Amino acid sequence: MTLQQELAAAPSAKLAVENVSKVFQTDRGRVHALDRITLLVNEGEFVCLVGPSGCGKSTLLNIIAGLETPDEGRVLTDGGPIRGPGRDRMVMFQESALFPWLDVAGNVLFGLRLKPGLTKRERMEVAEYYLNLVGLEKFRHANIHELSGGMKQRVALARALAPNPRVLLMDEPFAALDALTREQLYGDLQRIWAERRKTIVFVTHNVREAACLGDRVALFSPHPGRIREEFKIPLARPRDINSVGLAEHATEIMRALKGHLRTTEVET
Amino acid sequence: MKRPLTALVFFIVLIAGWEFVYLRRIWSPVLVPSPGAVAYYLWQNTFMPGAPGVPNDNRWQLFVAIAVTMKRLLAGYAIGLGLGLPIGLITARFRAVRDTLGVLALGLQGLPSVCWVPLALLWFGQTEAAMLFVVVMGSLWSVVLATEAGVRNVNPIYVRAARTMGSRWLHIWVKVVLPASLPFIVSGMKQGWAFAWRSLMAAEIYVTILTGFGLGHLLHYGRELNAMDQVIGIMIVIVFIGLLADKVLFSPWERFLHRRWGTGQAG
Repeated sequence: MTLQQELAAAPSAKLAVENVSKVFQTDRGRVHALDRITLLVNEGEFVCLVGPSGCGKSTLLNIIAGLETPDEGRVLTDGGPIRGPGRDRMVMFQESALFPWLDVAGNVLFGLRLKPGLTKRERMEVAEYYLNLVGLEKFRHANIHELSGGMKQRVALARALAPNPRVLLMDEPFAALDALTREQLYGDLQRIWAERRKTIVFVTHNVREAACLGDRVALFSPHPGRIREEFKIPLARPRDINSVGLAEHATEIMRALKGHLRTTEVET
Repeated sequence: MKRPLTALVFFIVLIAGWEFVYLRRIWSPVLVPSPGAVAYYLWQNTFMPGAPGVPNDNRWQLFVAIAVTMKRLLAGYAIGLGLGLPIGLITARFRAVRDTLGVLALGLQGLPSVCWVPLALLWFGQTEAAMLFVVVMGSLWSVVLATEAGVRNVNPIYVRAARTMGSRWLHIWVKVVLPASLPFIVSGMKQGWAFAWRSLMAAEIYVTILTGFGLGHLLHYGRELNAMDQVIGIMIVIVFIGLLADKVLFSPWERFLHRRWGTGQAG
């Protein structure tokens, strides 16, 4: 298999979340993390899940990843219902979750080594390709602790993309970065998405970030976690987070978010 | 170049002070032999086997003693590691094991390992097995506890990330949990080595085992013969072996940890 064949091998997938509910038992009682969530994501679509912390958006992401199971409902991809984690759905976490005992290339190769049907050389080529894509080819032998926060997330992105998943799940991947680095990564992520056309589900509490990245933004509210509203962002790409048009969308979403928060406060 | 030089100057001053004390005859030369006498003892027993003054049956006795001691130590330590790692993993993984075997391990690790000597002698008699047993008991529990602590301190996000990449059971344990606990495991291995080394010396000093005379025995005979040059000479050899073990066995690991994790102290 050549690099080109490998890169073309996995088209993006459709994702269907059907009536998913999840309840956590904590010391302070039952928390209704997700309440009958239904969400459809088209192939190659970039969907952002926005909401305040504790609204269950990360839980939903984990369920799609197969790391948690829903109490009710199910999640379907092209390949059928999800039963546990799989290489077709890769996750990028808030902390980079890179392995400190491996160097940069070792981290990117970790998932590739578990993927059948690749020779050692092909794995190296694929890893090289993705390190190039995130602009870190010079750092392939660097240790993780030597990287800045932004570089770590780039490596994490390369690691998540390397096994060629059909869906990319991102759990507040830029939340811990400074504003400047974040803006740079918005540009990179849009460029990479344009190139690789993955279906992306992106969780964030940053409304502006969601408006900048998403084709569509799903608004979550907590207690119980529900999708309240969905917004289409029909802006052209690549988008600049500081543009006026984008700010208008963000303001609209923000207003809706505040409205929902007020009503949930009254309810509870 | 500055640091080795500082160390060299320090030891030269130390030996000069010793020589000075010897020359002034502050204490009896039987109790404080000259550095030269100790050096001669070591020289005689390492580089000049069969030299005048050394009885024929004592040929190579220092080398033989080092070999005997190291064989006991390395074999016992290898067994301690081989048992300790899996037991530590199991202890970390199963709560029931942690509440039972884990508590026992904690208790036995607190037991000074020389306390195993009487038991070992009664069980195994004056044999190599007794020595081996003491060394194993000295190293085992430290390795168990360190492995357990290491595994329990592994950031769960590593395991989650590995699972999304298709890693499963054994692969997760070998490729994620074990390397992620390496900083703990290495310090546990180091402690286990130190305990094993101490307990073996104690055992060799107190118990004569006819299948082989280790460094501890030479130390013991040095006392019986009032041969202070031998006593101090053997002590120096023991110190050197400790330093060497640190440099050969543990420094590479610690350097690796320091380089990769960016933590700890560079040597």
